[in-house]
Amino acid sequence: MTIGLIVKTAGRLLVPFIFIFGFYIVAHGHLTPGGGFQGGAVIATGVALILVCYYYRECMEKFIPVSSFKLVESAGLMLFICTALAGLVVASGFLFNWLNATGGLFGNAVAYGINPGDLYTAGIIPILNFAIGIEVFGALSAVLMFMFAGLKEPTQEEDDAKAPVQNMHKGKKGVRK
Amino acid sequence: MKEAGSIFQPRFAIVLIVLVTIIFLLPAFGLTFGAPEATMTDQYYIDHSQTETGANNVVSAVVFDFRGFDTLGEATVLFIAVLGVAMIFRRTHK
Repeated sequence: MTIGLIVKTAGRLLVPFIFIFGFYIVAHGHLTPGGGFQGGAVIATGVALILVCYYYRECMEKFIPVSSFKLVESAGLMLFICTALAGLVVASGFLFNWLNATGGLFGNAVAYGINPGDLYTAGIIPILNFAIGIEVFGALSAVLMFMFAGLKEPTQEEDDAKAPVQNMHKGKKGVRK
Repeated sequence: MKEAGSIFQPRFAIVLIVLVTIIFLLPAFGLTFGAPEATMTDQYYIDHSQTETGANNVVSAVVFDFRGFDTLGEATVLFIAVLGVAMIFRRTHK
């Protein structure tokens, strides 16, 4: 059995909202509960929905191939390591928060105490959040892709070929009765 | 059939369960593990995470700033896990 048109269309409509929600969790990791790991997992859920609606082969044809997920995952880890090494070069040590309260990228000074929060604070923490989010998204999607690649998937031609045979079989039984 | 040298005997399991239960019941009789009142790390994180890292979320400050190296290790573990999955689920024939 192939997946029907309703499920495919509903999944295609839902996936952008799942991606936006995951991106929100990643981007607000230093202000609200959540962060890179959780947001990346939510984004990977959207990829899982696409994979359930369309099987592996159709995903490869219509969307992006699995090698690009490997590339995304490696890029996330490289971004993390490069940000950490930049702390070693610019400031005093590995993973030093060298962007905090400098006025540059994510460099606004944070107000002490209970406050609603400014998105543009916390130095390298949002960058590391994005790096981890990209890495987790790529890793979980690549795992799902690899597992779906081993699945035996029925084609539309097989589906169409099977249906009349089953109907004929049922008809024969009815005749015998 | 009971093998002589096997450790998977009911006697051994009972002794193990009793020992673990005694160890977990020790704090009830006044014996504690270590000295939690002597460590000030938790209060330090609560007081200083906002001023030192600039993050309103203390958990995020701990995960990505105070324990950033740990997070790097976690990301590496995930990367190696994906490598293992890619190795197991590789296509040997087209």
